[in-house]
Amino acid sequence: MMKAKKDVKNSLESSLKRLEEIVEILERGETPLDDAVMLYEEGVQISKACAEKLKAAELKIKKISKDIDGQFTVNETDEV
Amino acid sequence: MAIEKNVITITELTRQIKYSLESSFPRVWVEGEISNFKHHTSGHIYFTLKDEGAQLSAVMWRSRVSYLSFQPEDGMKVIARGSITVYPPRGNYQLDVEQIQPLGLGELQLAFERLKQKLDAEGLFNPEHKKPIPEFPERIGLITSETGAALQDIRSVLSRRQPSVDVVLAAVRVQGAGAAEEIADAIKDMNHVGDIDVLIIGRGGGSLEDLWAFNEEIVARAIFASKIPIISAVGHEIDFSIADFVADLRAPTPSAAAELVVRDRTELLEDIGNLCYTMRDALNNQLSRLRDRTESVVSSYSFNHPKDLVREFSQRVDELERSLGISFAHVARIAQQKYKSLRQQLQALNPAGVLKRGYAIVRREGRIVPRAALLDYGDDAEIQFHDGMVGVKVEKGNS
Repeated sequence: MMKAKKDVKNSLESSLKRLEEIVEILERGETPLDDAVMLYEEGVQISKACAEKLKAAELKIKKISKDIDGQFTVNETDEV
Repeated sequence: MAIEKNVITITELTRQIKYSLESSFPRVWVEGEISNFKHHTSGHIYFTLKDEGAQLSAVMWRSRVSYLSFQPEDGMKVIARGSITVYPPRGNYQLDVEQIQPLGLGELQLAFERLKQKLDAEGLFNPEHKKPIPEFPERIGLITSETGAALQDIRSVLSRRQPSVDVVLAAVRVQGAGAAEEIADAIKDMNHVGDIDVLIIGRGGGSLEDLWAFNEEIVARAIFASKIPIISAVGHEIDFSIADFVADLRAPTPSAAAELVVRDRTELLEDIGNLCYTMRDALNNQLSRLRDRTESVVSSYSFNHPKDLVREFSQRVDELERSLGISFAHVARIAQQKYKSLRQQLQALNPAGVLKRGYAIVRREGRIVPRAALLDYGDDAEIQFHDGMVGVKVEKGNS
């Protein structure tokens, strides 16, 4: 079924962007140590989350179909 | 009788023929059979077009050969478009071929050209309408046949490169009557379903007729109207469709579309790993810089030799004390001298001293009598000597 996932939409993209940003800040080396450690921890979290997201073992293919009244359904399907 | 002969050079005559022919036939479509076909090493193609009554030399320059969608050969019946040009060194004329197509597909090809020109003129192919393809799509819409090779190709590439994506399939017919309408409807449906990051529309290879649905105006308009970026993947590398021109990105094949649409998971994980390393390195660098600074403070002379510091201070204190001591003794000596001289003065003034030298003090009724006039005959008085007092009576009056 359709579900709203706007909040996590492109989270991989924004996560990677944030990770790159953190790397850049840390590479400048101007952040106080406490903040730097916090940024590092955030970066580690993000990379873990990204890796987790990428770990799905099998490609999922769903099929959309339209009812007579014009409603869409998105169904999991094994056999396509 | 002399005949007025208007003699001109061959070069001049050829120049005039060239002008005359080339301006008369700037663009012609001719139908004929290919013979003497030669693909020169330079990349240009030379051949003869002929029918029952005549033949025409033809040349196709290398730059146009690359756009050929089929391999011309001897005996093939074709329609060629081009302009007549004259080649003065050999005194012949030829067809400078711009485009060539096998006979029989002519109608479709012409329709293709017409639609392409029309949509191009409307601006449907303009680069400013191209939507960027998202870098990390998580949900990919796929519009193709449920039974076709394209689906299997795409599935296998995605499974290998990035199985974490979702694929939403809209199964359509990709050839035959009604296929174009189904494809166009599916594009609209995908836009209504929402939440689809990118669309791939396409099918595997086939004849021009097989691929025709992707050259239909209704498909082109649906692609243009789509809010979701679209990658077209129709047929083989050499097949260009109208859909390709309108789509935001053309992939040469369905497999290539799948390659283009996702980053390889292994590479991506490697990139993330590298970012982590860089991050750790950066933090370690910062730490070691701080460590170095601490180190340099700790190893500094004064930090490492606190006793020296104390010694230095105590030496200074000693010095101050000594200079203080010197000045104190000096003051004391001066004071002592002053005291001595004052004592001597005081000694000199002490009445007892005077008395010792033989002087005496006269008192009457306890008070010192400094003048003779103050005493009369018969008065009692005391005289004080340095060693004692005596009482006296005045016997002789003031004189």
